[in-house]
Amino acid sequence: MKREKNRQEIPETEVPVKKKKKRRSVETIIVTYFFVFLMLAMMGNLAYFVVTESEATINNTYNTRQELLASKNIRGKILARDGQILAQTIVDSEGNETRNYPYENLFCHIVGYSTKGKTGVEAQGNIHLLTSNSFIGDRIKNEMDSTKNYGDNVVTTLDVDLQQVAYNALGVYSGAIVVSEPSTGKILAMVSKPDFDPNQIVSLWDDLISDDSSSVLVNRATQGLYPPGSTFKILTALEYYRQNQGNVDSYSYQCAGSFVYEGHKINCYHGSNHGRVNFQKSFEKSCNSSFVNIGISLDLNQMEKDMNNLLFNEELPTDLVSKKSSYVLTAQDDTYDVMQTSIGQGKTQMSPLHLNMLTCAIANDGKLMRPYVIDRIENHNGAVMKKYSPSSEGTLFTTEEAQFLRELMAGVVENGTASKLKGLSYTAAGKTGSAEYNGETADSHAWFTGYAPTENPEVVVTIIVEGAGSGGDYAVPIARRIFDEYFKK
Amino acid sequence: MAHVISDLSKYAIAIVMAIYTFECFAVFRHSNEEKRSGIYTRQIICMFLVHFMGFAAICLETSDVTYIIFYGFQQITLFATIALFRVIYNEANRLIINNMCMLLAISFVMLTRLSYEKAVKQFKIVVISLIIGLLVPFLVKKLNFLKKLTWVYGFVGAGALLIVMILGAVTNGSKISYTLLGYTFQPSEFVKIIFVFFIAGLLTASKDFSQVILASGAAAIHVIILVISKDLGSALIFFVVYVVMVFIATRNYLYLLLGIVAGSGAAVIAYQLFSHVRNRVIGWQDPFNHIETSGYQIAQSLFAIGTGGWFGMGIYQGDPTSIPYVEADFIFSAIAEEMGVIFALCLILVCTSCFLMFMNISMKIKDEFYRYIAVGLSITYIFQVFLTIGGGTKFIPLTGVTLPLVSYGGSSVLTTIIMFSIIQGLYIIRSKEGVKDEKREE
Repeated sequence: MKREKNRQEIPETEVPVKKKKKRRSVETIIVTYFFVFLMLAMMGNLAYFVVTESEATINNTYNTRQELLASKNIRGKILARDGQILAQTIVDSEGNETRNYPYENLFCHIVGYSTKGKTGVEAQGNIHLLTSNSFIGDRIKNEMDSTKNYGDNVVTTLDVDLQQVAYNALGVYSGAIVVSEPSTGKILAMVSKPDFDPNQIVSLWDDLISDDSSSVLVNRATQGLYPPGSTFKILTALEYYRQNQGNVDSYSYQCAGSFVYEGHKINCYHGSNHGRVNFQKSFEKSCNSSFVNIGISLDLNQMEKDMNNLLFNEELPTDLVSKKSSYVLTAQDDTYDVMQTSIGQGKTQMSPLHLNMLTCAIANDGKLMRPYVIDRIENHNGAVMKKYSPSSEGTLFTTEEAQFLRELMAGVVENGTASKLKGLSYTAAGKTGSAEYNGETADSHAWFTGYAPTENPEVVVTIIVEGAGSGGDYAVPIARRIFDEYFKK
Repeated sequence: MAHVISDLSKYAIAIVMAIYTFECFAVFRHSNEEKRSGIYTRQIICMFLVHFMGFAAICLETSDVTYIIFYGFQQITLFATIALFRVIYNEANRLIINNMCMLLAISFVMLTRLSYEKAVKQFKIVVISLIIGLLVPFLVKKLNFLKKLTWVYGFVGAGALLIVMILGAVTNGSKISYTLLGYTFQPSEFVKIIFVFFIAGLLTASKDFSQVILASGAAAIHVIILVISKDLGSALIFFVVYVVMVFIATRNYLYLLLGIVAGSGAAVIAYQLFSHVRNRVIGWQDPFNHIETSGYQIAQSLFAIGTGGWFGMGIYQGDPTSIPYVEADFIFSAIAEEMGVIFALCLILVCTSCFLMFMNISMKIKDEFYRYIAVGLSITYIFQVFLTIGGGTKFIPLTGVTLPLVSYGGSSVLTTIIMFSIIQGLYIIRSKEGVKDEKREE
């Protein structure tokens, strides 16, 4: 204001002086703005860190503040989606704390344990479990009584009933099951066997870690890597669809029970002879010969690129601890590798969670939702402190591709290897697999990945049963029991 | 009960700090100090509240009354500083005084919490520095011959750095200090001021190409000595200050461009040549995968900031001493951990408002030499703030410099108080010039 007034009063002769002064300042102003900008950028970076990265960062085992918090607060509970207690800390009259898991073996991998290191939700939600946001009245009271405050509770997306059914259905077999919600990425159940009782972890510890052969502590659902077997035909089919611009109707192949090419031979499962097959039927019957025929026609460079976009050879986008799946076939590899890879044998390795995520994306019109198991954080009094929302991890398939794959997978139930899911109160779709893992012998892992209902998928189930036999015989019935339970409600 | 009160105090501290910070910028809406008077009074109230609540939390948590006495001394010192500046230099800029005292108050709280012994040592140096600081504006006004000592500055500055390089004790892998009478001096801190005087003198004398070459050569000597001494932070500060001063004095954008190119080139060469430079970059890119080695400090710093969150863990509730050199290089992370990120962001803004006021003052100074000095010192200040906070928050690689006025370190705080006081002196001279102008216009 004052300056403006002055300007009016300045005689004309003063103007050049004013201009000169202004000229002198331009560089100074540029420099000033630049440094102010630097400071603002630095502040933005700090705020961004607090909002997005800090939570994962501070869960690091090197962060000594975790012990500090543990000395002040009683570790909070881990709850199922309907409020059942999956993990709690019991304090005895002398103040000794014991971590208790009421469901014993049932959630041992996904909920994990918190002594002898931390795994599962116990690790992922560690900072929240140790932080107390109890109401101020409670805290004053605790302070007066000089007792510890209650840490916050972690509410998961896990469903006890589904978990129980999945756990029972897998029976005595080793293997893994992932049940998830494709529209949100919520994990509803996750089973890995062999299992253990986390209540006994301290006494079991030496046995568990000395037993190298069965890897009881490994969560096979996220960290187990298996040959995908025929479930990989979903991706071979996708690749053929992409490379032929969606034109699959003209495809035809005469199956004679095996495929021989450049001196290499691939048999159909148990030597079945599928006769004349089109694309749809090749998939439904899981015809190895036809899929090898498809595989050797593909542009492998393009295939390698596409597989890398489908989360192979990279960390899965999730907070769950997982292993990278691997797809290593290149255009330089020899023909036998190409033939093997196109039917899911060969060097390709996948985790059940990865296959589950791909199935979810297919069921969700191509869009992948980030899988998550922690739904919200509540304080001891039950007030919500933090809510985790579903988040998109981008599009893996176009709507047309997803539609195409869903038609193929629906056919597998209607006319193919997953017919045990046919004619039920709900519709289902999926793909079976029998992954041979022991050279030329008949030993195979039974796979199934699929969803229900067919028209509007609500739930995705991915199953692997180690060394059981064919997917259609051993994995599909498990899927049925899980779907039955899901739709019972 | 004590825990609950100290736990709640963090919210109050954050809110009061936010009000203080808001006033820092509200100042710029008014053009003269009289209209700003209300703002300054409110700021002083906020300052004393933050200081008081900080110490209240410390006393409650430790149940130790010694701290009350220490607090009393600090309170008197801050109050005396504000009052004496008002009495001796009634035309002084009060935002600069307030901010200086606020930053010192925050420093007292955090250093006392981290190490009482170090806080007391620092406090003594602050008192001496403030007394010196009170004389500085007067000296700047009277000692006109300061303008003629250009080459003295050059030789004294480079000489001091050189002697340290050759004779200095090896500390933290960097040869950056002398020890004299039990006190450790870091000459690179003081040379920052001398260097600005030197470059300002050179550029006032002439802005010819040959003069710029001369200035570049002289600056390069300083920077190279510092790089050899492994004091990368100071080397970077000297370089940036030199480039900006040349740019503002010559108004030649080509020099700015050349400076940026040369700086980037030097950075790449330094990266190739020195393993300690490479380690800093590795630790910055991926601290968690190098947590046992070069990433340790940054990882610890991020744990501190992240665990603290927006409102902090509360004073004495965190674990800031797990960060190596927390009192000096990582004081910002300790503040963020216990007093919260909101408070920490406000702290950055307070530093920024100092800088804005400095540049504002520099723009109004007519005397070239003084103007260049104001610019040079402003950049020295803000760039150092940027290096230390940026390093601790993983925005840029770590360089290991102090946060002016807040970090532990006698040389650093003395230098910064002198810098603030020099600018204060220049502001007073400018006010006088203004008065003369008005008289002439009449």
